Amino acid sequence: MSRALPLAIFLALVGLFGFGIWWNQRHDPREVPSPLIGKPAPAFDLPVLGDPARRVSKAAMLGKPYLLNVFASWCFACRDEHPVLMAEAQRLGIALVGYNYKDDPADAQRWLAQFGNPYGLILADRDGRTAIDFGVYGAPETFLIDAQGVIRYKRIGALTPQVLAEQIEPRVRALSGGAP
Amino acid sequence: MIPELGQLALILALLLALAQCALPLLGAWRGNAALMAVARPAAAGQAVFVALAFSVLAYAFLGFDFSVAYVADNANLALPWYYRFVAVWGAHEGSLLLWILILNFWTVAFAARSRHLPEPFAARALGVLGFVSVGFLLFILLTSNPFTRLLPMPADGADLNPLLQDPGMISHPPMLYMGYVGFSIAFAMAIAGLLGGELDNAWVRWSRPWTNVAWGFLTLGIVIGSWWAYAELGWGGWWFWDPVENASFMPWLVGAALIHAQAVTEKRGTLRAWTLLLAIFAFALSLLGTFLVRSGVLTSVHAFASDPRRGIFILGFLTAVVGGSLLIYALRAPKVAAGKAFATLSRETLILIANLMLVASAAMVLLGTLYPLIGEALNLGRISVGPPYFGFLFMLLMAPALFLLPFGPFARWGRADAGELARVLRIAAIAAVALGGTLGFLAWRGAHEFRALLGWVAAVWVLAGVIAYARKRWREAPAGRRYPAELLGMLLAHAGIGVFVAGALLTTALSVERDVRLAPGESVRVGGFDFRYDGVREVKGPNWLAQQGTVSVFDHGRPVTVLHPQKRTYERGQVQTEAAIRPGAVRDLYVALGEPLGDGGAWALRVYDKPFVRWIWAGGLLMMVGGFVAAADRRFRAKRAPQPAPAAATPAPVPAESAA
Repeated sequence: MSRALPLAIFLALVGLFGFGIWWNQRHDPREVPSPLIGKPAPAFDLPVLGDPARRVSKAAMLGKPYLLNVFASWCFACRDEHPVLMAEAQRLGIALVGYNYKDDPADAQRWLAQFGNPYGLILADRDGRTAIDFGVYGAPETFLIDAQGVIRYKRIGALTPQVLAEQIEPRVRALSGGAP
Repeated sequence: MIPELGQLALILALLLALAQCALPLLGAWRGNAALMAVARPAAAGQAVFVALAFSVLAYAFLGFDFSVAYVADNANLALPWYYRFVAVWGAHEGSLLLWILILNFWTVAFAARSRHLPEPFAARALGVLGFVSVGFLLFILLTSNPFTRLLPMPADGADLNPLLQDPGMISHPPMLYMGYVGFSIAFAMAIAGLLGGELDNAWVRWSRPWTNVAWGFLTLGIVIGSWWAYAELGWGGWWFWDPVENASFMPWLVGAALIHAQAVTEKRGTLRAWTLLLAIFAFALSLLGTFLVRSGVLTSVHAFASDPRRGIFILGFLTAVVGGSLLIYALRAPKVAAGKAFATLSRETLILIANLMLVASAAMVLLGTLYPLIGEALNLGRISVGPPYFGFLFMLLMAPALFLLPFGPFARWGRADAGELARVLRIAAIAAVALGGTLGFLAWRGAHEFRALLGWVAAVWVLAGVIAYARKRWREAPAGRRYPAELLGMLLAHAGIGVFVAGALLTTALSVERDVRLAPGESVRVGGFDFRYDGVREVKGPNWLAQQGTVSVFDHGRPVTVLHPQKRTYERGQVQTEAAIRPGAVRDLYVALGEPLGDGGAWALRVYDKPFVRWIWAGGLLMMVGGFVAAADRRFRAKRAPQPAPAAATPAPVPAESAA
């Protein structure tokens, strides 16, 4: 019996891999829920785009909910998403914070000059290290973070007017309603 | 027309591989010498056609044949010729072709050097290698054809990923594959032994040099990869526990265990089943690495573009090869504990403990790598475990093996003399505490450097053990027979572990990393050195334009070196950081360019002081040399006298039930 044990373990592994392939085909990786939802956002301390001497930490952001939008000048999907942010950012009634991901600051600023800047504040994560803590898969991604610094929602992929209306706005309303 | 020739060559190679697989196995089973004799010519012919296909692909790259989709995807007109050649294995299809080419290289080498072995055994081993080759040739032809045409033909191609445009790309994949694929020989011999019901352990002696050489290459491949990541990724790290790194590390760990288990089985006849199992595992983990990288099941910086058909194919193939061999193992592994008995305190026991630790580490790495997948299967969501998990558990599992390492050579086979071991312990312990403590104290710069102290002590502990044993041999063995190659290889590899441990722990503990903003003329002091930033100018390369910084380094006012870190922009707009490194025996000085800040010519710079980082790779290279030297031992050389062939007349397999 013990001689068949390696075989049994291996077959269990094969089952797991088969499941992995099947799962990847059934699921769009965008639907992967972030394990960070409902958990405090990772601590960060990042320079501000265009003003690297100034740094913003997680603690500095506490007190008000905000939408953290991961973008980069090299990201084509961000270009699609950008008009949505330009048009709708004001209407949400919540701060929109940019998260410039693995990007050259000069490129990012050129990009914003060309397409417009919807962000009140932009954090620059040049080498993407902090993004690892956030579990960023790529750009664009958007996190909704509440006043206590807890991640409430994550969207992988471009925001659309529909996503904003159906997914994000109700949550923003719930946050402002729930807070005293 | 020429690319079609490549495809045709692959199809012919597949037919020859089928012949190499089926006929010799049948011949060995039936005792038919003519069928067995097919193995070598078929292997040689297959190698010729695979080499032809590889040359055709290289020719397409060198001649800018963008009508081949794979070429158009991975090269363009501006790419210099050497990177166009390297681009052959720059993505999935071509690297698979390289895999097959190297498998053929090993097969031909084995075919040429196995004439002294019993013919049925060699025929079975070549048949097993043929089976592996059939699988990979089918894989490339059915799902990953590198010769697929692209119509209409584009005027220019895309680009080889700039990360891969590095000298490391020339040697890293071939060396790594030499290691991975090299384990196929020990695997094929183990399966041949099982199939033939070899009753003696002769096959273990025959396979030992192959295992050692493959492991040496794998070590070299990993060392180059680690050094490359350090120099190229611009993070100054040398190991990231990335799924693909893990995929190469697991066979390495199991291969190290296999080297030791084979030594025990060859010399003492014990641990036979364990050795068989490790030979299967080492190659199975190599295949598993291929699966993980190419199936898209796990994401990684190394991941190739994935396609579910590929995943399903490799999984099926993996199941056939590994499942099949484990089934053969379950049915035919030696039933009775054989060999000479050994006491609790003996070299066998020490090696077994080290073996278990190595295999447990490999299992730990496998578990951590598959964690996201397991989490998903159990509906817990994708969870990743990072370097803290791997680093902590690996240290924990390796500490006992490290502690026991100096005793191994001193312990006698069968029954070790406790008194002698205690003397060794005393010498090594005194040396480790005295020297390690002194060095640690000299370098002490604060309580957090506990790890540096630990590094010194562990390294001196291991090295003292190695030196003590070398001294014992010098005194006791007759001149000329003091250091046979096998023993010398062992000493070198063990010394390599000591050097590696020192490097790994000291680098981790003592590195200083600073991200600073510097205007031209400004300096920053890191690790006792002054780094003066002298501005940035533009430099042009063959297919890139770079901002090149000039940083002068001073040691208390005395100029040490001038570094030129670059930030390159390639043709297609990809940006790539080239760190500038002043290498040194006791420290690397490392500068990478960040980004421009403002108009005054100020830049963000990353300045590192990396003490002892080279020791990590020096240790790895010592281990590699140890593997090669041990393989050169005269005992392993082919004997011209024909061996008795006990398996020739025993074709009938024994069902397991009858003996269970």
